[in-house]
Amino acid sequence: MARTRRPVVAGWFTDDTVPEAEFRLLGTRCTACASVFFPREDDWCRNPGCPGGGELAEVPLSPRSRVWSYTDGRYRPPAPYVSDPDAPWEPYTLVAVELAAEAMVVLGQAAPGVTTADLAVGTEVEVVPGVLNEDEEHVWTTWNWRPVTTADREERS
Amino acid sequence: MHPWGKWGRSFVSYGTAAARAALADAGLEWSDVGSVVGADTMRCGYPGYVAGATFAQALGWQGARVTSVYAACASGAQAIGTARAQILAGLADVVLVVGADSTPKGFLAPAGGERPGDPDWLRFRVLGATNPAYFALYARRRMALYGDTAEDFARVKVKNAAAGALNPLARYRARVTAEEVAASAVVADPLRLLDICATSDGGAALVLSSMEFARRHGHPDPVRVRAVSTVSPTYPKAVLDLPDIATDSAAAVSPAPHAFRASIARAAYEEAGLGPEDLSLAEVYDLSTALELEWYEDIGLCAPGEGAKLLREGVTALGGRLPVNTSGGLGSFGEAVPAQAIAQVCELTWQLRGTAGDRQVQGARVGITANQGLFGHGSAVVAVR
Ligand SMILES: [Zn+2]
Repeated sequence: MARTRRPVVAGWFTDDTVPEAEFRLLGTRCTACASVFFPREDDWCRNPGCPGGGELAEVPLSPRSRVWSYTDGRYRPPAPYVSDPDAPWEPYTLVAVELAAEAMVVLGQAAPGVTTADLAVGTEVEVVPGVLNEDEEHVWTTWNWRPVTTADREERS
Repeated sequence: MHPWGKWGRSFVSYGTAAARAALADAGLEWSDVGSVVGADTMRCGYPGYVAGATFAQALGWQGARVTSVYAACASGAQAIGTARAQILAGLADVVLVVGADSTPKGFLAPAGGERPGDPDWLRFRVLGATNPAYFALYARRRMALYGDTAEDFARVKVKNAAAGALNPLARYRARVTAEEVAASAVVADPLRLLDICATSDGGAALVLSSMEFARRHGHPDPVRVRAVSTVSPTYPKAVLDLPDIATDSAAAVSPAPHAFRASIARAAYEEAGLGPEDLSLAEVYDLSTALELEWYEDIGLCAPGEGAKLLREGVTALGGRLPVNTSGGLGSFGEAVPAQAIAQVCELTWQLRGTAGDRQVQGARVGITANQGLFGHGSAVVAVR
Protein backbone atom coordinates (compact mmCIF):
# COMPACT_ATOMS: atom_id res chain seq x y z
CA MET A 1 0.00 0.00 0.00
CA ALA A 2 1.28 3.44 -0.94
CA ARG A 3 2.19 5.66 1.97
CA THR A 4 0.23 8.85 2.46
CA ARG A 5 2.07 12.17 2.50
CA ARG A 6 1.19 14.11 5.62
CA PRO A 7 2.58 17.37 7.02
CA VAL A 8 4.42 16.87 10.32
CA VAL A 9 2.25 19.70 11.67
CA ALA A 10 -1.00 20.62 9.93
CA GLY A 11 -1.34 24.14 8.59
CA TRP A 12 2.27 25.33 8.92
CA PHE A 13 3.03 25.17 5.19
CA THR A 14 1.25 24.81 1.88
CA ASP A 15 0.14 21.32 0.97
CA ASP A 16 0.96 19.10 -1.99
CA THR A 17 -1.78 20.67 -4.13
CA VAL A 18 0.46 23.62 -5.02
CA PRO A 19 3.45 23.36 -7.36
CA GLU A 20 6.81 23.15 -5.55
CA ALA A 21 7.76 26.65 -6.67
CA GLU A 22 4.76 27.99 -4.78
CA PHE A 23 5.61 26.17 -1.54
CA ARG A 24 5.41 28.56 1.41
CA LEU A 25 5.43 28.60 5.19
CA LEU A 26 2.04 29.73 6.46
CA GLY A 27 1.61 32.09 9.38
CA THR A 28 -1.23 34.28 10.53
CA ARG A 29 -1.51 38.05 10.57
CA CYS A 30 -3.64 40.10 12.93
CA THR A 31 -5.88 42.39 10.90
CA ALA A 32 -6.01 44.89 13.78
CA CYS A 33 -2.29 45.42 14.47
CA ALA A 34 -0.51 43.69 11.56
CA SER A 35 1.49 41.39 13.86
CA VAL A 36 2.59 38.19 12.11
CA PHE A 37 2.76 34.84 13.87
CA PHE A 38 4.68 31.71 13.00
CA PRO A 39 3.97 29.05 14.07
CA ARG A 40 0.48 30.25 13.25
CA GLU A 41 -1.59 31.73 16.05
CA ASP A 42 -5.27 31.09 15.41
CA ASP A 43 -6.84 31.83 18.79
CA TRP A 44 -5.82 35.38 19.75
CA CYS A 45 -3.32 38.09 18.94
CA ARG A 46 -0.32 38.01 21.31
CA ASN A 47 0.65 41.65 20.86
CA PRO A 48 -0.22 43.23 24.24
CA GLY A 49 -0.59 46.60 22.50
CA CYS A 50 -3.08 45.30 19.92
CA PRO A 51 -6.19 47.50 19.77
CA GLY A 52 -8.22 44.28 19.42
CA GLY A 53 -11.20 43.44 17.29
CA GLY A 54 -9.12 41.97 14.50
CA GLU A 55 -8.98 38.55 12.99
CA LEU A 56 -6.07 36.24 12.46
CA ALA A 57 -5.83 35.74 8.72
CA GLU A 58 -3.62 33.10 7.15
CA VAL A 59 -0.61 34.63 5.39
CA PRO A 60 2.19 33.01 3.40
CA LEU A 61 5.65 33.99 4.68
CA SER A 62 8.45 35.32 2.46
CA PRO A 63 9.91 32.45 0.44
CA ARG A 64 13.47 33.81 0.47
CA SER A 65 15.65 35.50 3.02
CA ARG A 66 19.03 35.57 4.71
CA VAL A 67 20.67 33.17 7.17
CA TRP A 68 20.74 34.54 10.74
CA SER A 69 22.77 31.59 12.03
CA TYR A 70 23.23 27.86 11.48
CA THR A 71 24.55 24.70 13.08
CA ASP A 72 24.26 20.94 12.83
CA GLY A 73 23.44 17.99 15.06
CA ARG A 74 26.34 15.58 15.29
CA TYR A 75 24.58 13.39 17.84
CA ARG A 76 21.19 11.74 17.54
CA PRO A 77 18.53 13.92 19.23
CA PRO A 78 16.17 12.28 21.70
CA ALA A 79 12.53 11.40 20.95
CA PRO A 80 10.16 12.70 19.72
CA TYR A 81 12.68 13.23 16.91
CA VAL A 82 12.28 10.14 14.76
CA SER A 83 15.36 8.30 13.57
CA ASP A 84 16.31 4.66 13.10
CA PRO A 85 18.45 3.71 16.10
CA ASP A 86 20.03 0.90 14.09
CA ALA A 87 21.14 3.16 11.25
CA PRO A 88 24.33 5.22 11.56
CA TRP A 89 23.53 8.78 12.57
CA GLU A 90 23.56 11.27 9.70
CA PRO A 91 23.93 14.83 11.01
CA TYR A 92 21.27 17.29 9.91
CA THR A 93 21.90 20.98 9.38
CA LEU A 94 19.76 23.50 11.21
CA VAL A 95 19.27 27.01 9.82
CA ALA A 96 17.83 30.12 11.47
CA VAL A 97 16.58 32.45 8.77
CA GLU A 98 15.83 36.14 9.25
CA LEU A 99 12.74 36.97 7.20
CA ALA A 100 13.10 40.62 6.27
CA ALA A 101 9.48 41.48 5.51
CA GLU A 102 8.13 39.77 8.63
CA ALA A 103 11.10 40.90 10.79
CA MET A 104 11.37 37.51 12.42
CA VAL A 105 13.74 34.56 12.61
CA VAL A 106 12.42 31.12 11.64
CA LEU A 107 14.26 27.85 12.24
CA GLY A 108 14.23 24.92 9.88
CA GLN A 109 16.32 22.00 8.77
CA ALA A 110 18.42 22.55 5.68
CA ALA A 111 17.62 20.58 2.54
CA PRO A 112 19.32 17.17 2.37
CA GLY A 113 22.98 17.45 1.40
CA VAL A 114 23.38 21.03 2.63
CA THR A 115 26.08 21.16 5.30
CA THR A 116 27.34 23.98 7.50
CA ALA A 117 30.20 24.39 5.01
CA ASP A 118 27.64 25.52 2.42
CA LEU A 119 26.29 28.29 4.66
CA ALA A 120 27.36 31.61 6.12
CA VAL A 121 25.50 34.24 8.12
CA GLY A 122 23.84 36.30 5.39
CA THR A 123 23.59 33.51 2.79
CA GLU A 124 20.37 33.81 0.77
CA VAL A 125 18.13 30.77 1.24
CA GLU A 126 14.69 29.74 0.06
CA VAL A 127 12.05 27.55 1.59
CA VAL A 128 11.44 24.23 -0.17
CA PRO A 129 9.28 21.19 0.61
CA GLY A 130 11.07 18.38 2.41
CA VAL A 131 10.56 15.00 4.04
CA LEU A 132 11.19 14.65 7.76
CA ASN A 133 10.77 10.88 8.07
CA GLU A 134 8.74 7.98 6.76
CA ASP A 135 6.97 5.17 8.56
CA GLU A 136 4.76 2.27 7.52
CA GLU A 137 1.79 4.46 6.69
CA HIS A 138 3.08 7.99 6.17
CA VAL A 139 5.65 10.16 4.53
CA TRP A 140 5.91 13.01 7.02
CA THR A 141 6.53 16.23 5.13
CA THR A 142 8.18 19.41 6.40
CA TRP A 143 9.93 22.54 5.17
CA ASN A 144 13.62 22.90 4.39
CA TRP A 145 15.88 25.86 3.78
CA ARG A 146 18.13 25.62 0.73
CA PRO A 147 20.77 28.09 -0.47
CA VAL A 148 19.62 30.03 -3.53
CA THR A 149 21.91 29.32 -6.48
CA THR A 150 22.70 31.81 -9.22
CA ALA A 151 20.66 29.71 -11.66
CA ASP A 152 17.62 29.82 -9.31
CA ARG A 153 17.96 33.53 -9.01
CA GLU A 154 17.81 34.04 -12.78
CA GLU A 155 15.02 31.58 -13.24
CA ARG A 156 12.78 32.82 -10.47
CA SER A 157 13.57 36.50 -10.03
CA MET B 1 24.91 21.99 48.82
CA HIS B 2 25.27 18.35 47.93
CA PRO B 3 28.31 17.68 45.69
CA TRP B 4 27.35 17.44 42.01
CA GLY B 5 28.02 14.43 39.82
CA LYS B 6 26.25 11.30 38.66
CA TRP B 7 25.45 9.67 41.95
CA GLY B 8 22.52 7.50 40.92
CA ARG B 9 20.29 8.44 43.85
CA SER B 10 16.92 10.16 44.14
CA PHE B 11 16.70 13.93 43.93
CA VAL B 12 15.15 13.82 47.41
CA SER B 13 18.41 12.62 48.95
CA TYR B 14 20.42 15.44 47.32
CA GLY B 15 17.90 18.11 48.31
CA THR B 16 17.58 16.83 51.86
CA ALA B 17 21.35 16.71 52.30
CA ALA B 18 21.64 20.25 50.95
CA ALA B 19 18.83 21.43 53.25
CA ARG B 20 20.47 19.91 56.32
CA ALA B 21 23.79 21.52 55.38
CA ALA B 22 22.11 24.93 54.96
CA LEU B 23 20.32 24.63 58.31
CA ALA B 24 23.57 23.62 60.04
CA ASP B 25 25.35 26.55 58.43
CA ALA B 26 22.63 28.91 59.67
CA GLY B 27 22.78 27.41 63.18
CA LEU B 28 19.06 26.58 63.00
CA GLU B 29 16.88 23.53 63.53
CA TRP B 30 14.39 22.34 60.91
CA SER B 31 11.69 23.10 63.47
CA ASP B 32 12.69 26.80 63.33
CA VAL B 33 11.66 26.99 59.69
CA GLY B 34 8.29 28.63 59.06
CA SER B 35 8.13 28.06 55.32
CA VAL B 36 9.75 25.74 52.79
CA VAL B 37 9.93 26.53 49.08
CA GLY B 38 10.93 23.76 46.69
CA ALA B 39 12.12 24.26 43.12
CA ASP B 40 10.42 21.53 41.10
CA THR B 41 12.19 18.83 39.15
CA MET B 42 10.39 17.46 36.10
CA ARG B 43 12.11 14.12 35.74
CA CYS B 44 11.20 12.44 38.99
CA GLY B 45 7.51 11.74 38.60
CA TYR B 46 4.89 13.16 40.88
CA PRO B 47 7.03 13.94 43.94
CA GLY B 48 9.28 16.07 41.75
CA TYR B 49 6.34 18.28 40.75
CA VAL B 50 5.60 19.02 44.38
CA ALA B 51 9.17 19.43 45.53
CA GLY B 52 8.39 21.69 48.49
CA ALA B 53 6.21 19.07 50.13
CA THR B 54 8.58 16.27 49.14
CA PHE B 55 11.49 17.91 50.97
CA ALA B 56 9.23 18.82 53.90
CA GLN B 57 8.16 15.18 54.21
CA ALA B 58 11.75 13.94 53.95
CA LEU B 59 12.88 16.34 56.67
CA GLY B 60 9.86 15.35 58.80
CA TRP B 61 6.44 17.02 58.57
CA GLN B 62 6.42 19.95 60.96
CA GLY B 63 3.56 22.07 59.67
CA ALA B 64 5.54 24.77 57.84
CA ARG B 65 3.97 26.77 55.02
CA VAL B 66 4.91 25.04 51.76
CA THR B 67 5.36 26.17 48.15
CA SER B 68 6.52 24.39 44.98
CA VAL B 69 7.64 26.38 41.95
CA TYR B 70 8.61 25.50 38.41
CA ALA B 71 10.33 27.91 36.05
CA ALA B 72 12.75 25.69 34.12
CA CYS B 73 16.34 26.89 34.74
CA ALA B 74 15.02 29.83 36.76
CA SER B 75 13.12 27.56 39.18
CA GLY B 76 15.67 28.04 41.92
CA ALA B 77 15.60 31.80 41.58
CA GLN B 78 11.81 31.87 41.62
CA ALA B 79 11.98 29.80 44.79
CA ILE B 80 14.31 32.41 46.29
CA GLY B 81 12.02 35.18 45.04
CA THR B 82 9.01 33.50 46.62
CA ALA B 83 10.83 33.01 49.93
CA ARG B 84 11.97 36.61 49.95
CA ALA B 85 8.48 37.90 49.20
CA GLN B 86 7.06 35.85 52.09
CA ILE B 87 9.66 37.31 54.45
CA LEU B 88 9.13 40.87 53.23
CA ALA B 89 5.36 40.39 53.58
CA GLY B 90 5.81 39.21 57.16
CA LEU B 91 4.44 35.73 56.45
CA ALA B 92 7.57 33.97 57.70
CA ASP B 93 10.79 34.78 59.56
CA VAL B 94 12.83 31.90 58.22
CA VAL B 95 12.34 30.19 54.88
CA LEU B 96 14.18 27.14 53.57
CA VAL B 97 14.71 27.09 49.80
CA VAL B 98 15.66 23.75 48.21
CA GLY B 99 16.28 22.54 44.66
CA ALA B 100 17.65 19.17 43.53
CA ASP B 101 17.65 16.92 40.52
CA SER B 102 18.84 13.55 39.34
CA THR B 103 19.29 13.88 35.62
CA PRO B 104 19.52 11.16 33.00
CA LYS B 105 22.56 10.99 30.74
CA GLY B 106 22.51 12.79 27.42
CA PHE B 107 20.45 15.64 25.99
CA LEU B 108 17.66 17.08 28.07
CA ALA B 109 14.41 16.01 26.36
CA PRO B 110 10.74 16.96 26.64
CA ALA B 111 8.18 14.87 28.49
CA GLY B 112 6.90 11.87 26.53
CA GLY B 113 3.73 11.31 24.53
CA GLU B 114 2.27 12.98 21.44
CA ARG B 115 2.00 16.61 22.44
CA PRO B 116 1.90 18.83 19.34
CA GLY B 117 0.53 21.74 21.39
CA ASP B 118 3.82 21.99 23.33
CA PRO B 119 6.56 24.10 21.69
CA ASP B 120 9.21 22.10 23.54
CA TRP B 121 7.87 18.84 22.10
CA LEU B 122 7.55 20.41 18.65
CA ARG B 123 11.13 21.63 18.39
CA PHE B 124 12.37 18.09 18.97
CA ARG B 125 9.79 16.42 16.74
CA VAL B 126 9.97 18.83 13.81
CA LEU B 127 13.60 20.00 13.96
CA GLY B 128 15.54 17.72 16.30
CA ALA B 129 16.67 21.00 17.86
CA THR B 130 18.45 20.10 21.12
CA ASN B 131 19.53 22.71 23.66
CA PRO B 132 23.12 22.67 22.34
CA ALA B 133 21.75 23.42 18.86
CA TYR B 134 20.42 26.74 20.14
CA PHE B 135 23.68 27.47 21.96
CA ALA B 136 25.52 26.75 18.71
CA LEU B 137 23.28 29.15 16.77
CA TYR B 138 24.17 31.90 19.26
CA ALA B 139 27.86 30.98 19.08
CA ARG B 140 27.95 31.03 15.28
CA ARG B 141 26.12 34.34 15.25
CA ARG B 142 28.75 35.84 17.60
CA MET B 143 31.52 34.61 15.30
CA ALA B 144 29.87 36.31 12.32
CA LEU B 145 28.94 39.52 14.13
CA TYR B 146 31.85 40.10 16.48
CA GLY B 147 34.66 37.93 15.20
CA ASP B 148 34.67 35.62 18.22
CA THR B 149 36.66 32.46 17.57
CA ALA B 150 36.54 28.85 18.73
CA GLU B 151 39.73 29.70 20.67
CA ASP B 152 37.83 32.40 22.57
CA PHE B 153 35.14 29.91 23.48
CA ALA B 154 37.76 27.40 24.63
CA ARG B 155 39.30 30.10 26.83
CA VAL B 156 36.04 30.26 28.81
CA LYS B 157 36.27 26.53 29.50
CA VAL B 158 39.90 26.76 30.53
CA LYS B 159 39.06 29.61 32.92
CA ASN B 160 36.02 27.94 34.48
CA ALA B 161 37.73 24.56 34.80
CA ALA B 162 40.59 26.26 36.67
CA ALA B 163 38.05 27.69 39.14
CA GLY B 164 36.15 24.40 39.36
CA ALA B 165 39.36 22.59 40.21
CA LEU B 166 39.35 24.60 43.45
CA ASN B 167 35.73 23.77 44.33
CA PRO B 168 35.13 20.53 46.25
CA LEU B 169 31.42 20.62 45.34
CA ALA B 170 32.03 20.66 41.57
CA ARG B 171 31.54 17.55 39.46
CA TYR B 172 34.57 18.17 37.22
CA ARG B 173 37.66 19.11 39.17
CA ALA B 174 40.36 18.74 36.54
CA ARG B 175 41.94 21.67 34.77
CA VAL B 176 41.31 21.72 31.04
CA THR B 177 43.58 23.03 28.28
CA ALA B 178 42.57 24.79 25.08
CA GLU B 179 44.02 21.81 23.20
CA GLU B 180 41.69 19.45 25.05
CA VAL B 181 38.69 21.58 24.12
CA ALA B 182 39.80 21.66 20.48
CA ALA B 183 40.29 17.88 20.49
CA SER B 184 36.83 17.13 21.89
CA ALA B 185 34.06 16.04 19.51
CA VAL B 186 31.86 18.59 17.77
CA VAL B 187 28.35 18.39 19.20
CA ALA B 188 26.74 21.22 17.25
CA ASP B 189 29.02 23.18 14.95
CA PRO B 190 30.91 25.29 16.14
CA LEU B 191 30.55 23.99 19.70
CA ARG B 192 32.43 20.98 21.00
CA LEU B 193 31.74 18.65 23.88
CA LEU B 194 33.87 20.70 26.27
CA ASP B 195 32.08 23.91 25.22
CA ILE B 196 28.76 22.54 26.47
CA CYS B 197 27.75 21.82 30.04
CA ALA B 198 26.88 18.25 30.98
CA THR B 199 23.79 17.10 32.83
CA SER B 200 24.36 16.21 36.48
CA ASP B 201 22.77 15.22 39.72
CA GLY B 202 22.99 17.84 42.43
CA GLY B 203 21.26 19.75 45.15
CA ALA B 204 21.44 23.22 46.67
CA ALA B 205 19.63 24.94 49.51
CA LEU B 206 19.55 28.30 51.24
CA VAL B 207 18.16 29.54 54.50
CA LEU B 208 16.69 33.03 54.14
CA SER B 209 15.52 35.08 57.07
CA SER B 210 14.45 38.58 57.88
CA MET B 211 17.25 40.96 58.90
CA GLU B 212 15.70 41.28 62.32
CA PHE B 213 15.73 37.50 62.83
CA ALA B 214 19.33 37.24 61.63
CA ARG B 215 20.52 39.96 64.02
CA ARG B 216 18.60 38.38 66.90
CA HIS B 217 20.39 35.11 66.16
CA GLY B 218 23.88 36.55 66.24
CA HIS B 219 24.45 37.49 62.60
CA PRO B 220 25.02 41.26 62.77
CA ASP B 221 26.38 41.47 59.21
CA PRO B 222 24.72 38.73 57.14
CA VAL B 223 24.83 38.42 53.37
CA ARG B 224 21.76 40.28 52.14
CA VAL B 225 19.66 39.59 49.08
CA ARG B 226 19.27 43.05 47.59
CA ALA B 227 17.31 42.08 44.45
CA VAL B 228 15.64 39.11 42.81
CA SER B 229 14.74 39.74 39.18
CA THR B 230 12.32 37.33 37.53
CA VAL B 231 11.14 39.58 34.69
CA SER B 232 9.54 38.11 31.58
CA PRO B 233 10.37 39.24 28.04
CA THR B 234 8.53 42.09 26.35
CA TYR B 235 6.71 41.71 23.04
CA PRO B 236 8.09 41.27 20.49
CA LYS B 237 10.82 38.96 21.78
CA ALA B 238 13.10 39.35 18.79
CA VAL B 239 15.98 37.06 19.77
CA LEU B 240 15.57 33.36 19.08
CA ASP B 241 15.08 31.49 22.33
CA LEU B 242 14.67 27.97 23.65
CA PRO B 243 12.30 26.25 22.84
CA ASP B 244 10.88 28.52 20.14
CA ILE B 245 10.85 27.64 16.44
CA ALA B 246 10.62 31.33 15.53
CA THR B 247 10.94 34.72 17.16
CA ASP B 248 8.05 37.13 17.53
CA SER B 249 7.66 39.31 14.45
CA ALA B 250 8.92 42.86 14.88
CA ALA B 251 7.08 44.00 11.75
CA ALA B 252 4.26 45.74 13.62
CA VAL B 253 5.93 46.65 16.94
CA SER B 254 9.57 47.63 17.52
CA PRO B 255 11.45 45.53 20.07
CA ALA B 256 12.49 47.15 23.36
CA PRO B 257 15.99 48.67 23.26
CA HIS B 258 17.31 45.96 25.59
CA ALA B 259 16.79 42.34 24.61
CA PHE B 260 15.44 39.84 27.13
CA ARG B 261 18.71 38.63 28.66
CA ALA B 262 19.92 42.18 29.24
CA SER B 263 16.57 43.21 30.73
CA ILE B 264 16.88 40.50 33.39
CA ALA B 265 20.05 42.01 34.84
CA ARG B 266 18.84 45.60 34.38
CA ALA B 267 15.77 44.88 36.51
CA ALA B 268 18.00 43.41 39.23
CA TYR B 269 20.34 46.42 39.21
CA GLU B 270 17.41 48.79 39.40
CA GLU B 271 15.87 46.94 42.34
CA ALA B 272 19.24 46.78 44.12
CA GLY B 273 20.12 50.41 43.46
CA LEU B 274 23.48 49.19 42.19
CA GLY B 275 25.14 48.84 38.81
CA PRO B 276 27.72 46.67 37.11
CA GLU B 277 30.43 49.09 38.30
CA ASP B 278 29.68 48.01 41.89
CA LEU B 279 30.23 44.28 41.29
CA SER B 280 32.95 42.19 42.87
CA LEU B 281 31.97 39.01 41.04
CA ALA B 282 29.25 37.36 38.95
CA GLU B 283 27.87 33.87 38.43
CA VAL B 284 26.27 33.46 35.01
CA TYR B 285 24.78 30.56 33.08
CA ASP B 286 27.60 29.11 30.99
CA LEU B 287 25.36 26.50 29.37
CA SER B 288 27.89 26.96 26.60
CA THR B 289 31.23 28.71 26.68
CA ALA B 290 30.02 31.18 24.04
CA LEU B 291 26.94 31.98 26.07
CA GLU B 292 29.11 33.13 28.98
CA LEU B 293 30.55 35.85 26.72
CA GLU B 294 27.01 36.95 25.88
CA TRP B 295 26.21 37.29 29.57
CA TYR B 296 29.25 39.58 30.12
CA GLU B 297 27.53 41.99 27.76
CA ASP B 298 24.03 41.39 29.08
CA ILE B 299 24.97 42.05 32.71
CA GLY B 300 26.74 45.22 31.64
CA LEU B 301 30.39 44.28 32.13
CA CYS B 302 31.16 45.51 28.62
CA ALA B 303 29.50 46.68 25.42
CA PRO B 304 27.91 44.20 22.99
CA GLY B 305 30.61 42.35 21.08
CA GLU B 306 33.35 43.02 23.63
CA GLY B 307 32.90 39.90 25.76
CA ALA B 308 35.78 38.00 24.21
CA LYS B 309 38.08 41.00 24.68
CA LEU B 310 37.24 41.12 28.38
CA LEU B 311 38.00 37.43 28.65
CA ARG B 312 41.28 37.66 26.73
CA GLU B 313 42.41 40.46 29.05
CA GLY B 314 41.88 38.14 32.03
CA VAL B 315 39.31 40.45 33.64
CA THR B 316 36.84 37.63 34.32
CA ALA B 317 39.31 35.01 35.57
CA LEU B 318 40.03 34.36 39.24
CA GLY B 319 42.45 37.11 40.22
CA GLY B 320 41.05 39.40 37.51
CA ARG B 321 39.26 42.68 38.11
CA LEU B 322 35.80 41.04 37.92
CA PRO B 323 35.85 37.26 38.22
CA VAL B 324 32.91 35.45 36.59
CA ASN B 325 31.90 31.92 37.55
CA THR B 326 34.28 31.62 40.48
CA SER B 327 32.43 28.42 41.41
CA GLY B 328 33.58 26.84 38.17
CA GLY B 329 30.19 27.50 36.60
CA LEU B 330 27.94 24.99 34.94
CA GLY B 331 30.95 23.90 32.91
CA SER B 332 32.36 22.41 36.12
CA PHE B 333 29.07 21.48 37.80
CA GLY B 334 26.76 20.40 34.99
CA GLU B 335 23.06 21.07 34.86
CA ALA B 336 20.81 20.04 37.73
CA VAL B 337 18.02 22.32 36.66
CA PRO B 338 16.09 23.19 39.85
CA ALA B 339 19.29 23.44 41.89
CA GLN B 340 21.55 25.58 39.76
CA ALA B 341 20.12 29.07 40.32
CA ILE B 342 20.26 28.32 44.07
CA ALA B 343 23.82 27.03 43.73
CA GLN B 344 24.80 30.33 42.11
CA VAL B 345 23.57 32.21 45.18
CA CYS B 346 25.40 29.74 47.46
CA GLU B 347 28.62 30.73 45.69
CA LEU B 348 27.86 34.45 46.10
CA THR B 349 27.20 33.83 49.79
CA TRP B 350 30.52 32.12 50.41
CA GLN B 351 32.39 34.74 48.41
CA LEU B 352 30.71 37.64 50.22
CA ARG B 353 31.42 36.02 53.59
CA GLY B 354 35.05 35.54 52.58
CA THR B 355 34.89 31.78 53.06
CA ALA B 356 35.39 30.62 49.46
CA GLY B 357 38.84 29.23 50.19
CA ASP B 358 41.27 29.06 47.30
CA ARG B 359 38.74 30.67 44.95
CA GLN B 360 38.11 33.66 47.22
CA VAL B 361 37.67 37.03 45.51
CA GLN B 362 39.48 39.40 47.85
CA GLY B 363 37.20 41.92 49.55
CA ALA B 364 34.06 40.79 47.72
CA ARG B 365 31.13 43.10 48.54
CA VAL B 366 28.60 42.77 45.73
CA GLY B 367 27.72 39.86 43.47
CA ILE B 368 25.14 39.11 40.81
CA THR B 369 23.80 35.85 39.42
CA ALA B 370 22.12 35.54 36.04
CA ASN B 371 20.30 32.78 34.28
CA GLN B 372 17.69 32.05 31.68
CA GLY B 373 15.31 29.13 31.33
CA LEU B 374 12.82 27.82 28.80
CA PHE B 375 9.68 29.73 27.89
CA GLY B 376 10.84 33.21 28.81
CA HIS B 377 11.99 32.51 32.34
CA GLY B 378 15.02 34.38 33.52
CA SER B 379 16.45 35.50 36.80
CA ALA B 380 19.14 37.52 38.44
CA VAL B 381 19.93 37.83 42.12
CA VAL B 382 22.02 40.62 43.61
CA ALA B 383 23.58 39.91 46.99
CA VAL B 384 25.67 42.29 49.09
CA ARG B 385 27.68 42.27 52.28
ZN1 LIG C 1 -3.17 42.25 16.96
